[in-house]
Amino acid sequence: MPIKERTEMPVQDPKERIKNFSQVALGYTEEMALNEASRCLQCKNPTCMTGCPVAVKIPEFIKLLKEKKYQEAIDKIKETNNLPAICGRVCPQEHQCEAKCVLARRGQPVAIGRLERFVADWEHSHGKSEVRKAEPNGHRVAVVGSGPAGLTCAADLARLGYQVTIFESLHAPGGVLIYGIPEFRLPKDVVRREVEYVKSLGVKIETSVVIGRTLTIDDLFHDGYEAVFVGSGAGLPMFMHIPGENLNGVYSANEFLTRINLMKAYEFPEFDTPIKRGKRVAVVGAGNVAMDAVRCALRLGAEKAMILYRRGREEMPARAEEVLNAEEEGVEFHFLTNPVRILGDDKGWVTGVECIKMQLGEPDKSGRRRPIPIPGSEFVIEADTVIMALGTSPNPILAQTTEGLKAHPWGGLIADEKTGRTTRPRVWAGGDAVTGSATVILAMGAGKQAAKDIHEYISSGAQGW
Amino acid sequence: MNEILEKTVLTPVTKKIVVNAPYVARKAQPGQFIILRVRENGERIPLTIADYDREKGTITLVFQEVGLTTRLLGRLEVNDSILDLVGPLGVPAELPEKGTVVAVGGGVGVAPILPKCKEMHKRGVKVISIIGARSKDLLILEEEMSACSDELHICTDDGSRGFHGFVSDKLKELIENGVQMDEVIAVGPIPMMRATCEVTRPYKIKTWVSMNPIMVDGTGMCGACRVTVGGETKFCCVDGPMFDGHLIDWQEAWRRVNMYRDEEKVANERCPNCGGVR
Repeated sequence: MPIKERTEMPVQDPKERIKNFSQVALGYTEEMALNEASRCLQCKNPTCMTGCPVAVKIPEFIKLLKEKKYQEAIDKIKETNNLPAICGRVCPQEHQCEAKCVLARRGQPVAIGRLERFVADWEHSHGKSEVRKAEPNGHRVAVVGSGPAGLTCAADLARLGYQVTIFESLHAPGGVLIYGIPEFRLPKDVVRREVEYVKSLGVKIETSVVIGRTLTIDDLFHDGYEAVFVGSGAGLPMFMHIPGENLNGVYSANEFLTRINLMKAYEFPEFDTPIKRGKRVAVVGAGNVAMDAVRCALRLGAEKAMILYRRGREEMPARAEEVLNAEEEGVEFHFLTNPVRILGDDKGWVTGVECIKMQLGEPDKSGRRRPIPIPGSEFVIEADTVIMALGTSPNPILAQTTEGLKAHPWGGLIADEKTGRTTRPRVWAGGDAVTGSATVILAMGAGKQAAKDIHEYISSGAQGW
Repeated sequence: MNEILEKTVLTPVTKKIVVNAPYVARKAQPGQFIILRVRENGERIPLTIADYDREKGTITLVFQEVGLTTRLLGRLEVNDSILDLVGPLGVPAELPEKGTVVAVGGGVGVAPILPKCKEMHKRGVKVISIIGARSKDLLILEEEMSACSDELHICTDDGSRGFHGFVSDKLKELIENGVQMDEVIAVGPIPMMRATCEVTRPYKIKTWVSMNPIMVDGTGMCGACRVTVGGETKFCCVDGPMFDGHLIDWQEAWRRVNMYRDEEKVANERCPNCGGVR
């Protein structure tokens, strides 16, 4: 039997979409979803699920979808995944479930992510899933951070009857889903919807509380919480420590994206937070955050939006779809290009980036070929805005203010890979706070594992470790 | 939470509010600040905690209405609530246990210096305060400062009250008159802190300043508040706000704090009835 072609997802035209912040990928229609679902072979021993960090029951939900039992399909996903509308949009499926789909061997895996998104969005517009609040078991757990790790851990525990409170430092819940990922990739309404779902399970969210400052972890134990899960993410932006980095017009990607996503600076002056709308914008780095930043710059009106990356095309860490989107939108990629100095005018505003050409040498410990500068190859790229998207590291504040909670020298909390247990009894951690900047779904997986271990720990009546 | 319990108009452009913020009050230390937002579309701005009462669960904020957000904040009345308020943020000031400290406060900068003086006074440090403003109508917290200072000097730029000149000129006079001091703490607008540091530099008197750069989150996430201190980049929100004033790159700090001048003008013009300084 010939295998049908993978169903394409409609997207906004690149020429149009660079003028707005609305969603780029528009989602399947019912017909498209049914067509795509019909490609699933319903393998007896499904391999797709092994690629999912939260083990979504993929063939089962697709089978229900095929039968047009959409509510049951979404309920099936939600048995293991609390944030399907988000995962369907931002997971790197090509490295996860879809990479393990048997059809992937022929280069055309089932579009699992798009189907997940379809049923999640269907539920929002049609369904009314009945949320059954679990019988309270009398135990209280505190969760630090309302990003993907914290939301997942909290939701899983709430389903088991725990009374969970999430403490969030910003004024809005969602963590990186709210301040980091732009509207055109993940609409904030979708995030709010998923947060509401978690709240409907009985989870309380307290915003504007910085654990480590407003309250310490010891305060939480003192207030009667029996376990604490730390999902505080990796919020500290890295800089290159090159001359000119503090010139006006140089942003960390975190600042640039926070102004845009959390504070809606692209709607200034309707919203009060301003942002500089650069005409020639250079973004340093080539991960997902760099792609988000450069594509935001375009939407703010940049005539030239550039990625400067010290390695080559093959080594870019961004999700393939986002690189493709950026290219379609007209982003220029400068590979093997590394900034050595940022240049400014006499008033202290950025005018350009002095770069050096690189060549690739032997693979380094990340397995990617190491970039080596070519002496004497310096050249200048004109720019009025420079955005550093070099990665982030975990905030040291919790390790500094919590006795017994140990971190690696680079900032990541030390935690058991399987359970999330930290060096401090009754404190678990997971997500970027442990791994450094990674993906939404890995953070969710860590939140899930920790929830399971917290439940085992508390129900066993153990004291400390 | 965040209800305004008391409001006092200190000068035509400066207001003092006491806010119900039990979490913040429980942990606040001199030198720390909060971030607030006054409306749904609003920006996040930092304000230094001018005082706190752990028992009552309140904090005091003193602000000058210079930008859109401070002007909107100034319109709030008793029983109104501040939409979002988070803190205490930043590293508490390292205050001495003994000796003599000269506390220099300029304009609304007198407010952040007050809790430091109170704490030092309580510890038995000799506190010589110099507070100043453009003219006598703009002087704030004179009584409160007097209560925690062994000596209080008042300055006005226009000579309408006390010493005729800048607070830094008064400090210079004290030093030249042989007044002994172990360190200086200066809080106020950048030009005032910078001038103060230039006065103490030749005498090698340790001078602490409290920086107030542009911030977004205030927790170390964005890096908007970068300050160069001794050639190294620091994040004011998590490494500061107190730094050794002799090591600050003042030119850069001044430039960065004015980065959104044009946008601030636009925002202010859109809110013609918000009051405050125009």
